[in-house]
Amino acid sequence: MNVNQQPHMASPYGQPQPGYQGYPQSGYGGQHVPGGYPAPYAPYNGPASAYQPGPPQGMRGPPTSGAPPVSAAQAYSQFGQGDIQNGPPPLGAPPQRPPVSQPYSQGAMNLSGPQPPYNQQFGAPPTSMQQMTTQMASMQVGSTVPSPAGPGYAPPTVSQPSVSAAYTPSAPSSFAPTSTVPTQPPSTEGTPQPYYGAPPQQPFPTAAPPFSAPGPTQPPGPPLASQQTFPQAPPPSQPPFSSAPPQVPPASYGGPPPPVQASHPRAAPPTSQPAAFPGGPPPTSTPTQYTGPPMQQPPVSQPSSFHSGPPPPPTSAAGFPPQGGAPPRPPHPGIQGPPLASQGPPMSQANHVAPPQPGMLAGPPVPGMAGPPPQPGMQGYPPQQNGAFGQVRGPQPGYAGPYPGQQSYGAAPPAQAPAPPAPKRLDPDSIPSPIQVIEDDKANKGSEPFVTGVRGQAPPLVTTNFHVKDQGNASPRFIRCTAYNIPCTSDMAKQSQVPLAAVIKPLATLPPDENSPYIVDHGESGPIRCNRCKAYMCPYMQFIEGGRRFQCGFCSCVTEVPPHYFQHLDHTGKRVDCYDRPELSLGSYEFLATVDYCKNNKIPQPPAFIFLIDVSYNAVKNGMVRIVCQELKTLLDYLPRENPDVQSNIRVGFATYNKVLHFYNVKASLAQPQMMVVSDVADMFVPLLDGFLVNVSESRVVIESLLDQIPDMFADTRETETVFGPVIQAGLEALKAADCAGKLFVFHTSLPIAEAPGKLKNREDKKLVGTDKEKSLFQPQVSFYANLAKECVAQGCCVDLFLFPNQYVDVATLGVVPTSTGGSVYKYTYFQAQSDQERFLNDLRKDIQKKVGFDAVMRVRTSTGIRATDFFGSFYMSNTTDVELAGLDCDKTVTVEFRHDDKLSEETGALMQCAVLYTSCSGQRRLRIHNMAVNCCAQLADLYRNCETDTIINFFAKYAYRCVLNNPTKNVRDSLVNQCAQILACYRKNCASPSSAGQLILPECMKLLPVYLNCVLKSDVLHPGADVSLDDRAYLRQLVSAMDVAESHVFFYPRLLPVHKLDVECDTLPVAIRDSEERLSKGGIYLLETGLNLFLWVGANAQQELLQNIFGTPAFGQIDSNMTSLPILDNPYSKRVREIVESFRAQRSRYMKLMVVKQEDKLELIFKHFLVEDKNNSGGASYVDFLCHMHKEIRQLLS
Amino acid sequence: MATYQDFIQQNEDRDGVRCSWNLWPSSRLEATRLVVPVSCLFTPLKERPDLPPVQYEPVLCSRASCKAVLNPLCQVDFRAKIWACNFCFQRNPFPPSYAGISEVNQPAELMPQFSTIEYIVQRGPPTPLVFLYVVDTCLEEEDLQALRESLQMSLSLLPPNALVGLITFGRMIQVHELSCEGIAKSYVFRGTKELTPKQIQEMLGLMKPAASGQQGRPLAPQDAATSCRFLQPVHKVDMNLTDLLGELQRDPWPVPQGKRPLRSTGIALSIAVGLLEGTFPNTGARVMLFMGGPPTQGPGMVVGDELKTPIRSWHDIQKDNARHMKKAIKYYEALANRAAVNGHSIDIYAFALDQTGLLEMKCLSNLTGGHIVMGDSFNTSLFKQTFQRVFSKDYNGEFHMAFGGVLEVKTSRELKVAGAIGPCVCTARPELGVGGTCQWKICSLSPSTTLALYFEVVNQHNSPIPQGGRGAIQFVTQYQHSNTQRRIRVTTIARNWADAQSQIQHIESSFDQEAAAVLMARLGVFRAESEEGPDVLRWLDRQLIRLFMFHLRRSPFLQVFNNSPDESSYYRHHFLCQDLTQSLIMIQPILYSYSFFGPPEPVLLDSSSILPDRILLMDTFFQLVIYHGETIAQWRKAGYQDMPEYENFKQLLQAPLDDAQEILQTRFPMPRYIDTEHGGSQARFLLSKVNPSQTHNNLYAWGQEAGAPILTDDVSLQVFMDHLKKLAVSSSA
Repeated sequence: MNVNQQPHMASPYGQPQPGYQGYPQSGYGGQHVPGGYPAPYAPYNGPASAYQPGPPQGMRGPPTSGAPPVSAAQAYSQFGQGDIQNGPPPLGAPPQRPPVSQPYSQGAMNLSGPQPPYNQQFGAPPTSMQQMTTQMASMQVGSTVPSPAGPGYAPPTVSQPSVSAAYTPSAPSSFAPTSTVPTQPPSTEGTPQPYYGAPPQQPFPTAAPPFSAPGPTQPPGPPLASQQTFPQAPPPSQPPFSSAPPQVPPASYGGPPPPVQASHPRAAPPTSQPAAFPGGPPPTSTPTQYTGPPMQQPPVSQPSSFHSGPPPPPTSAAGFPPQGGAPPRPPHPGIQGPPLASQGPPMSQANHVAPPQPGMLAGPPVPGMAGPPPQPGMQGYPPQQNGAFGQVRGPQPGYAGPYPGQQSYGAAPPAQAPAPPAPKRLDPDSIPSPIQVIEDDKANKGSEPFVTGVRGQAPPLVTTNFHVKDQGNASPRFIRCTAYNIPCTSDMAKQSQVPLAAVIKPLATLPPDENSPYIVDHGESGPIRCNRCKAYMCPYMQFIEGGRRFQCGFCSCVTEVPPHYFQHLDHTGKRVDCYDRPELSLGSYEFLATVDYCKNNKIPQPPAFIFLIDVSYNAVKNGMVRIVCQELKTLLDYLPRENPDVQSNIRVGFATYNKVLHFYNVKASLAQPQMMVVSDVADMFVPLLDGFLVNVSESRVVIESLLDQIPDMFADTRETETVFGPVIQAGLEALKAADCAGKLFVFHTSLPIAEAPGKLKNREDKKLVGTDKEKSLFQPQVSFYANLAKECVAQGCCVDLFLFPNQYVDVATLGVVPTSTGGSVYKYTYFQAQSDQERFLNDLRKDIQKKVGFDAVMRVRTSTGIRATDFFGSFYMSNTTDVELAGLDCDKTVTVEFRHDDKLSEETGALMQCAVLYTSCSGQRRLRIHNMAVNCCAQLADLYRNCETDTIINFFAKYAYRCVLNNPTKNVRDSLVNQCAQILACYRKNCASPSSAGQLILPECMKLLPVYLNCVLKSDVLHPGADVSLDDRAYLRQLVSAMDVAESHVFFYPRLLPVHKLDVECDTLPVAIRDSEERLSKGGIYLLETGLNLFLWVGANAQQELLQNIFGTPAFGQIDSNMTSLPILDNPYSKRVREIVESFRAQRSRYMKLMVVKQEDKLELIFKHFLVEDKNNSGGASYVDFLCHMHKEIRQLLS
Repeated sequence: MATYQDFIQQNEDRDGVRCSWNLWPSSRLEATRLVVPVSCLFTPLKERPDLPPVQYEPVLCSRASCKAVLNPLCQVDFRAKIWACNFCFQRNPFPPSYAGISEVNQPAELMPQFSTIEYIVQRGPPTPLVFLYVVDTCLEEEDLQALRESLQMSLSLLPPNALVGLITFGRMIQVHELSCEGIAKSYVFRGTKELTPKQIQEMLGLMKPAASGQQGRPLAPQDAATSCRFLQPVHKVDMNLTDLLGELQRDPWPVPQGKRPLRSTGIALSIAVGLLEGTFPNTGARVMLFMGGPPTQGPGMVVGDELKTPIRSWHDIQKDNARHMKKAIKYYEALANRAAVNGHSIDIYAFALDQTGLLEMKCLSNLTGGHIVMGDSFNTSLFKQTFQRVFSKDYNGEFHMAFGGVLEVKTSRELKVAGAIGPCVCTARPELGVGGTCQWKICSLSPSTTLALYFEVVNQHNSPIPQGGRGAIQFVTQYQHSNTQRRIRVTTIARNWADAQSQIQHIESSFDQEAAAVLMARLGVFRAESEEGPDVLRWLDRQLIRLFMFHLRRSPFLQVFNNSPDESSYYRHHFLCQDLTQSLIMIQPILYSYSFFGPPEPVLLDSSSILPDRILLMDTFFQLVIYHGETIAQWRKAGYQDMPEYENFKQLLQAPLDDAQEILQTRFPMPRYIDTEHGGSQARFLLSKVNPSQTHNNLYAWGQEAGAPILTDDVSLQVFMDHLKKLAVSSSA
């Protein structure tokens, strides 16, 4: 990829322009070009254009005829094999799946490269564009294509050799080969692999890539061709098909209607290949090809559609083919032959579809008829295409190929007219696929470092592994923005409704190969700051007057440079020492704070950790007490420290409690610990001064003795009542007495009903759910804890709460203090030592060991024009600007929303500086600075091109989760949908090329917005099922409020990994599949990661060998569904699976418990809850339904 | 019975009773004219080695309102087996067990020599003694160390089955759990918050959960003994407690410059009282408070923690400037009453250089029969030996202490009990009972504990008591012996009635001057406690116009000059509970003179007794002063006593030491021992006591050999007497 990309870069420029020119989009291209990255974009565009101009037809011809099908086939075959689902049913099935998977990958691919070209070509020809549906289809296709496109582009321009090779092979031979060689591809398989693998096996890789990403390249060509043909095929397609008899499959696609059947038969026979082709191609290749096709189709379709009534069908067809296969279908059920093909079988794709297709076909005609007619849609298509293209291109620039294609996708589904029918018939494969996007991003951005120096560029997705080079802006690991191009005016911002927010994780852990922020010491006078706005020295400060003064980038105030900091400027106006000083050249760094930055102007004491353990009956009985005490003995050696060679400075203290509190004196000089009971819980105080907080190394013997004795001391307790408020007060008082900041670890089991401040009553009342009073359940039931939290923050007392409830404990209230002090809440409902110990202990270990700062104050400064207005996360604010965190650990995230208070200029962009003043775990007072500069845009299109959906979703979730405190959940849901619709409508209105109102056009960067938003809407907090407890909802609500983007992403859209496709030999993971039951195969085993839990779903028909390897038993029936860890077996498969599980766990801040879910088992209900693309039991819409709904909303807004 | 002297002595030895008058005037008016009321000093537990207790229950008068005990004064019809109560004249049959009674076979209680008799009764299970140490930890390290050692030592002195408990306090209060192994547990309370007894018991986990149905009711002693983790038998927790005491640390909270340590004495005591109340009501128990400074926070605080505000002085009190005093007194009185109701006594060991708030806290001991000991430091023999003496044992190896005493006084109908002064609380009003009975609770008794009881003659002047009759008084003292037995001691006395008009001579001769002095002094002190100083002196002067009370007037019991409020309280406390002999010493210190000219001789407490070649030994009860005359001191300095040829000088020097040692060994609390000489700074203790017959004012004595002049403006006895005579004449005129 890299290679390719680079080439693209180069070539792009040259070509792009042409392309642009050729295309109406040129404008975009042009813009992009200017940008640093334009190159890549440009290339795409360029290629596209290039393609369009000439190749279009030619392209089509070739690809369609031979290549397309082939490629498709290949892709399918590969995937098909992988995808059992499809496979299982009929032979055809396999192909279908492949398609699915392929589509995704390809989709991405397409977008980048191939498609564009094709599209362009197609587009160009069609110019008018195909119908949206087609676009949709194309989108998919495009997406797939893109990558190919990339290559394709590349080839054309620069690396023609390879590219060309790719193409050639791909189209003609390669496809065939691929198809034939399915095996190879499989091996390379992971689309990513291709990329990666690519280098080694260029030929294949190329081929492979195409599939995955590269796949596009090759496939693109072919697919495109094929697709084009297809699209065309539908209407005119037949000809192509016919012409491409060999391609039959494609034909089938294209031929949707008629061909379909044919295809089926054919498919069957060829199954693997042929079928693959048909099915596969469509899908997999489809993406690429589709895109291509769509693109091409457009032309074709247009022709056809335009030409004849067929238009409808064609349109539909076209639409289908695109991606929208699904979407289109709905509209043009029949139409689609293509869609059918792809979706035909709703699930499966082309192949399956076939049968239905017939019907469909029939339908299509009719609906299509109907639909088509609307097609004005046809026209719409063109526009769409345009839009799509435009988008595509736009995106392309930004994103590379994939997007373009995808964009087109968006459009198709809408297939409005068809809408009604559509929903049902929408092909899930044809609507924007998260997996596809993720894989594309991996392919495009995962391989080279992300350099932060360029303003306004969106970083790789959180799902992509990438390396960051700090060149003046904070790494995306620290700050992610919803948009990297901010509208210049608030009017624009309002119009677009795109939230402007940054998700900041100030102390984020960096991978080992990235340097943690350098520490800068400006001496006794403290960090150098702007006189007026107090912004800290950063790369945005402009030195003037020979370096004697500097002008603040935020407020433009000019400040004298202190003599000790003076340095001459070079000829460019930069300080000579610019690159020697982190604060002048990097986005993130730390200042040593002086005593002026300390509370009470006193150097802080080292912080303390206090462990407060519930020892009531429940806690003892469920084993918590014993486990905690046992674990603490070893954990105390791992207290956070800055220098691993030195003992931690952190002091520790211990207390237990039930109705009363027991403090322990563990002074080193004592032979035995002493216990001090405080029964006066109404008026908490700390009964001892020295001896409560001690240095671990000095008091080790006493502490161990204590921890040994605690479980025994309370072994016979009968006390069931507990207090809670006084417990925190006690810890707080202890810290106050010791005059230090610190963290409380509270291990608590039950609702605090004992007579004491903060006493709670059981108010769980499920009847309130869904009423206007529901919000009260999220609010704390007494104000005591809010006040307590305030005190805690003032002292720098962070509270981490570990809950082990057997019943309602009112998390909404108990969690107030933790969530206001930067702490965490962990909840282990029905805790049982046996099964939950591991999870709890791992959480505890992580929680204790993780990097943490205390007594933190965070302030976000911005350049004139925007202002931080709202903050989300676990903290306390006593005024409107300072975020106060008693404790701030490496997992805590603060989301900051910005609003305009003036106009911004494109020239200067918008700057933000996040400064966090905190006390490190060694007691050092520091300032961590993160700088971020983003572009400002006068065109809405730029905004839409440079935003990040994952971050937007993160913001939306936090926003909505906070809103439920004060509003009925239904209103919250509605307003979310509404805002989302406005965003998309605005795009449609202002950025997309004119097209039929019936078309759904999604911005490339936001094409996943609907699916993710749907996940948010369906989440337990906003849309609880009957079995979701109030505690769980409150818990999740609090949890999400401090999540970073990576965690919120997997939380809302769980990762579903087909374990049975695991390649033991290589390090890469199989490509994830979409979260839908339809994607599961009875013969498979899947690993689902939600960020909080891991599920291993075992299909009833899973291979015995597989079971034997993983579970040590060949019989499905003998698998113990209670197991929480996989048996350690000495075979590579078992080893690899366990490795994966471990690596997943390592990625998350919380340990994920593994649950084995057997198909048809009762646990499966829980599992299915996480298949977020499906309807759920509590009435949450399926992805397809929601997309239709969203489209309807958009249309309403537009009309 | 040769003389009244003998009679009085004999009565005292036998019954522990000294009456102001041994013939009683027959009407109220006459009694009033006598100035000194009909009254007596009664030492309930006077040591009677010759009186073995009897092992049966006393026989009671069957009249419900009388319940007097069968005694030698009762008339007995041996044939009818009936006895007549000499108080209410009820005729009572003897119980069946007395069936064998006859003139020759009389039970002990009918024999005249058993006018005092002790019964051992079996009532309920024996309850162990309880000792609850309440220890101040805001001490200097060396004080604390001394205290630790003393406390550890005391464990070995306690009977093995006695229950001990430990509460320590400083800024906070810790109630130590003693039963646990491994981790030392304690319950901690903050020192500023007043808690109700119920709260305290709840917080200490002494209440059974409401489920038991006995909500709020303290556990029965039985349960408590087993379930109370705070009070455990000494033999079980000896080691544990020794360790605990050994690890006792100074209060760790920092004391800023210019502040006093925060001492939560008030709450600590309330917790101690609450703890005992909840676990061992109506059982003998001692709360022993060891404090090294005044309470400085929370209820019962005596002074704030700012060092710049000194603790209240008499001056402040007179100016009504003692901010905390009234509140504190009220607080401690309430506590004392609660403790007294439950039969628990509170001892105060206050050792500090400054005042510690005894003025406010004295009622704790006064009302509960506890000890108060005051000194400068725990690290002195004064404390160590005194504390040891608390646990001294008698010839039977039993403690000199008894608990939960209830004294009931029954009088024949011509008499009425007017009141009692002593370490007791009244539990039944004197008006109760036909026979004029009265009850007091004395939570802790020692053999020397003495009450002053005051009576009124009921008969009016126009219906005097017929001649020849005898009035009787019966003292019934129920108490818990230190060996946990319940005992009842019954003392019955009788005195003849005499007509003041006709038999004034007899009455006069029956006057017991010593007893009267003490009784009047007690009245005076009691008044002094509750009234303004000068008023009391005036009252005393009026009352004592005919008595020789010069020294009492000058004593620290009435004079506050030169004494802090704490010291006054301390002195008064002891004066109110010591027996007659000790009381006399307190009123008029004893002065012995040692010289080469003969054996030691008592000399006048007069400045004229201070001669250069004498050694003086003065015993004021609280102080023991050895004063070496000028010459003697010079000799001693020259070291003559070390020369063999001056062996006699050595002996002379040694003689007062030996005598002093003897006193030191027996007296409780141990007196301050002062060895000084002419011109020594400590000589002030002597000079302040002697009668200033020679001062810088009476020039004629100046420079003479006889005695040493005292630099004072006080009147001398001579002047006092002259004045007195004048007054006596004028008043009679």
